[in-house]
Amino acid sequence: METKVQGSNTFLQEICAIPGGEGIRLCIQCGTCSASCPNVNRMDYTPRQLFAMARAGMREEVLSSNSMWFCLSCYLCTVRCPRGIKVTDLMHALDCLAVQQRLSSGRTYTPTMYRSFSDFVYSIGSVPEMSFMIWFYLLTNPLRAMKMMPMALSLLKHGRLSARARRLKPEAERQFKAILDKAESLGGIR
Amino acid sequence: MRYYTYFPGCSASHGGAKAYDWSAQAVAKALEVELIELDDWNCCGSTPYTSVDELASYCVSARNLALAEKRGLDLVTPCSACYVILNRTNSAFREYPALRAKVNEALAAGDLEYHGTVNVRHLLDVFANDIGCEEIASRVKGDLGGLKVAPYYGCQVVRPSPGFDHPESPESLDRLIKSLGAEATPFPLKTRCCGGSLVISEENVALELAHKLLDSASSNGAECIATVCPLCQTNLDVYQSRINKKFKTSFNLPVLFFTQLMGIAFGIDRRSLGFEKCIVSPKEVLAGYIER
Ligand code: SF4
Ligand code: SF4
Repeated sequence: METKVQGSNTFLQEICAIPGGEGIRLCIQCGTCSASCPNVNRMDYTPRQLFAMARAGMREEVLSSNSMWFCLSCYLCTVRCPRGIKVTDLMHALDCLAVQQRLSSGRTYTPTMYRSFSDFVYSIGSVPEMSFMIWFYLLTNPLRAMKMMPMALSLLKHGRLSARARRLKPEAERQFKAILDKAESLGGIR
Repeated sequence: MRYYTYFPGCSASHGGAKAYDWSAQAVAKALEVELIELDDWNCCGSTPYTSVDELASYCVSARNLALAEKRGLDLVTPCSACYVILNRTNSAFREYPALRAKVNEALAAGDLEYHGTVNVRHLLDVFANDIGCEEIASRVKGDLGGLKVAPYYGCQVVRPSPGFDHPESPESLDRLIKSLGAEATPFPLKTRCCGGSLVISEENVALELAHKLLDSASSNGAECIATVCPLCQTNLDVYQSRINKKFKTSFNLPVLFFTQLMGIAFGIDRRSLGFEKCIVSPKEVLAGYIER
């Protein structure tokens, strides 16, 4: 019991240290967020449950759940929460902790998708989303990529699949990289 | 002439939504609005990035804002996802001094600094509120008399609040559509989510959400849908055939950027409005309006 409480404190502190995460302390468990969420049926735990579990220090259960990966960032919970909690940001904070602590759920492709998206941004500063889409399908599930071929062809036919990505000018690219490398050396937001 | 700094975003500039950028530019010109593209902008920071590495995503976002700040104009974007992310960085700058200091430390490595003063706007806000519907109506050459359009806002153009319109029952796009002479159909789901980028990783989730939207729009008599976001356009248009297959439906609803509709009403040459990029062809629905 002792260790559980200890654990709960650190986990809760980690969440509160991320901008937007601190609101979790204000939650009154009213369930407005869960009732508003268009994707709640897909989640292992509803947002309300997730926040209660997090406050009880259930790190593994929370961070390895699929719940926050099914958040669509539609901000409906955020505008409705009676406590003014930035619920969507709180979900993203949990995503980040799951990634950092290598606990992200393996039952959804979303963490992989987000990861590859960020890698794209990091390497060229922008994301040609249609090409990214096809590339991601090939990466995760070649079989599914085959099924997407008709869609890819029709995108191509309508001029919506560009092979060439937008590139920054060399000096801008250097600036962009310098900023991100510095961010990395600052080691996250805590 | 009104001047704005313009942030097209990846999708409208080089991705699948070029038609949005083209039509936005053409319509802006007709309204004597100059959209001056931000030099060497990068990805807005993006929702996926915020879910993987918070600090890096704030830095990516803040580089754009720091560049825009030097110009001193409002920063306008046609993409709801860019709009929400750039604004998120702005409010984080106001509320979290420690984060602000860290982001500025990183920006300093690129000789930049951001003071948090850029006003980030959505293109719909600029057209509906800065220009206004009266002015828009006065530019209409061939009105869209009776064309039934479902006004689809999606989530991020109106949320989180406080924004420029009501977070759950906004009216600005409805008003704009009416000012073109078209009819804005009732659309109870007008601010429900299209599925966003989850269409890539969890296709079934997004198809279900998008199906509900198409169903609501068509059962309320819409002949086409007007969108204000590249992601929404993609999910409803590009994936419409997959939705039909999955739900055994036969929707054939063109999904247009609101700027494309404005373009037709203003009598702008349709070749500069990018209709050929629509997967669900709007030809039939628009036939009577374009030929005039
Ligand atoms: S709506 Fe707000 S207060 Fe209510 S359960 Fe959700 S996060 Fe907690
Ligand atoms: S922002 Fe995420 S958690 Fe909140 S209602 Fe939308 S999908 Fe659900």
